[in-house]
Amino acid sequence: MPRRSRLHVPRAPARPGEAPDFSYVRLSAAGAVARPDVGSPAADIENLSVELIRVLDDQHRAVGAWNPHLDVDTLQVGLRHMLLTRVFDDRMVRTQRQGKISFYMKSTGEEAVAVAAGLALRPNDMLFPSYRQQGLQFVRGARLVDLMCQLLSNTHDMCKGRQLPVMYHSVPGRLFSISGNLATQFPQAVGWAMAAAIKGEDDLAASWIGEGSSAEADFHHALLFASVYGAPVILNVVNNQWAISTFQGYAGGEQRSFAARGPAYGMPGLRVDGNDFLAVYAATAWAAERARKGAGATLIELVTYRAAAHSTSDDPTRYRPKEDYERWPLGDPVERLKQHLIAQGEWSEQRHAALSTELEQQVAAAWTEAASYGTLTEGPRLDRDLMFEDVFKELPGHLAEQREQLRRERG
Amino acid sequence: MNMIQALNAAMDLMLGRDPAVVVLGQDVGYFGGVFRVTDGLQRKHGQHRVLDTPISEGGIVAAAIGMAVNGLRPVAEIQFADYIYPAYDQIVSELARLRYRSAGAFAAPVTIRTPCGGGIRGGQTHSQSPEAIFAHVCGIKVVMPATPYDAKGLLIAAIEDDDPVIFLEPKRLYNGPFDGDPNKPAVPWSTHPGGEVPDGYYTVPIGRAEIVRPGAAVTIVSYGTMVHVAEAAARSLGVDAEIIDVRSIVPLDVETLAASVAKTGRCLIAHEATRFAGFGAELIATIQERCFFNLEAPIERVAGWDTPYPHAFEWEYFPGQARVVAALKRVLEGR
Ligand SMILES: Cc1ncc(C[n+]2csc(CCOP(=O)(O)OP(=O)(O)O)c2C)c(N)n1
Repeated sequence: MPRRSRLHVPRAPARPGEAPDFSYVRLSAAGAVARPDVGSPAADIENLSVELIRVLDDQHRAVGAWNPHLDVDTLQVGLRHMLLTRVFDDRMVRTQRQGKISFYMKSTGEEAVAVAAGLALRPNDMLFPSYRQQGLQFVRGARLVDLMCQLLSNTHDMCKGRQLPVMYHSVPGRLFSISGNLATQFPQAVGWAMAAAIKGEDDLAASWIGEGSSAEADFHHALLFASVYGAPVILNVVNNQWAISTFQGYAGGEQRSFAARGPAYGMPGLRVDGNDFLAVYAATAWAAERARKGAGATLIELVTYRAAAHSTSDDPTRYRPKEDYERWPLGDPVERLKQHLIAQGEWSEQRHAALSTELEQQVAAAWTEAASYGTLTEGPRLDRDLMFEDVFKELPGHLAEQREQLRRERG
Repeated sequence: MNMIQALNAAMDLMLGRDPAVVVLGQDVGYFGGVFRVTDGLQRKHGQHRVLDTPISEGGIVAAAIGMAVNGLRPVAEIQFADYIYPAYDQIVSELARLRYRSAGAFAAPVTIRTPCGGGIRGGQTHSQSPEAIFAHVCGIKVVMPATPYDAKGLLIAAIEDDDPVIFLEPKRLYNGPFDGDPNKPAVPWSTHPGGEVPDGYYTVPIGRAEIVRPGAAVTIVSYGTMVHVAEAAARSLGVDAEIIDVRSIVPLDVETLAASVAKTGRCLIAHEATRFAGFGAELIATIQERCFFNLEAPIERVAGWDTPYPHAFEWEYFPGQARVVAALKRVLEGR
């Protein structure tokens, strides 16, 4: 034992120039974790926050008690949404590089987290995402053109030019307005769920937060309120290992799993293979059923990896090994679902390639239309008077005056 | 030297001079900060002096207070001023009042550095200028440099100050002076006298404004990015303006401002932050209290509009030269 206190500084498993090291990621074999009854007391199922719920095994079979036994249609729809997410992300980064949009954030490698959860929930459930779950937008039927117009801040932008790219929302899709301020959505989702319970409705709320953002006090507000009121909410921590340059150890992941914070607050915590479409679906369905039964909230940790840069402003080769993702033990979510379908004889490389091409064309066509409504550099622009609206419901006098002043200034 | 290098030099120097100085914040250690302001500091001074932190602004400031109470001099970085609000309670209720409530028994000499201001297409969450909401709190100093020279000297002064200091860095000025015209090619700091930064230790005293350009026709009071915009606007109009960079928002150098306005009889205030209850209101009140009988015209105020900073209308929002020129004309004509 050292004779005096010392400051522990978490050390990243690997930095540039070092060999990737994922020995810290505790794995369970697919199918190894038992699936308890959805009404089980949180204290009886703490093991779920330590083990890793997985369904797809190395032979691409769905195994074990968590297998959600989805029909082929649902699997193919899931694959389509995930592939669309990837194609869309790739294309939008290219448009950012061309200077057509100011900024973008990809979700590459994490597509299953959003798509599987979105499909496991009901259309009336309210979603409070962070900026990295674009798959939810696709599941909830967002039009590509509408998303692109938001990215472009153009004349058809749903946010009327007020938000950075990717900060979407959808009223019919029941997707809350995404905030640039981390973690704020987490306790808000709990409040939404409390309101559903107060009103006697059985819709639930679900929210997503990065593991890095779980360091914010808002994370703890969410767990506390969810637990105190038994709110019908699913709280998802997307542990993609990195928060810009800081690895998950800086958010407290070195000592215990993020899922373990659930039982600490008296709710179940499920630690789930976030790159396993079936496991994410099954865990979400379990938590949803539990919430709708009145048994309260669940915390789900999705173990995944942020395969791309944090954003178009980021260069990850400065802080992690280039080949990190190639060594990631949980693989690629799109590839894993694809292989599962192929193993069942319900998909093929040819069909996959054809789907890829089809989605690329769809995205390209949507881009042509979206760009016709204006880009950063050319085409029509939003009416600048709009910038004074929606600060309040009614335009107050001083803003009307400032609007006038701007008109004079700009002639 | 650009402002990033000047700030880095100040921290490097203070880490070397004073073993009590520590630097902490999100991504500041291994990575060197998202704007590279702390680049190389951890490698040079070690992991116990330059700490990466969890993404918890409240935690960062609270921990800095505790460290300061235990004898350290923390320099905390909040990645963007727009993200300082989770720390607001710790700043307002704790950091600012610790000395007062304990009758001087405890104090926390914490410096909080944070990039502020627009002009980088950051939208409403990477563009704010929140100086007024800190100026309104009793017990914290608030400064904002407009040149690399001042940035280094003021940061050293802030770290040495026994009171807490909010150190606002106008991020549009990190790489060069900016006159408000986004269509002009960027100019590096090497073209500006404020980019000449001496090696080694020096301070720019907190509480002192600087007369950037002496003049007789009108006093322009400004700080941060707007100092450069106002200068360019006055030049384009051919006005003999006296331009004052406030630099220290709290405490405010009232004497320098009052002496200038007493001389010119006309005054224009320019800041990037929203207008309503902005710091300009305090400047106007103070100046008219001191100079009412010298004034030839109502004091004019140029500011950002009273809306969040809109992503699509960055340059319509930003109080550029056109807005300054229009106000200058009004204040020169008198009414
Ligand atoms: C309150 C707040 N603090 C800091 C930031 C700056 N910031 C934006 S994203 C980010 C990293 C978030 O990492 P994580 O939560 O792990 O999510 P990921 O980006 O990995 O999906 C930081 C520090 C912010 N947006 N809001």
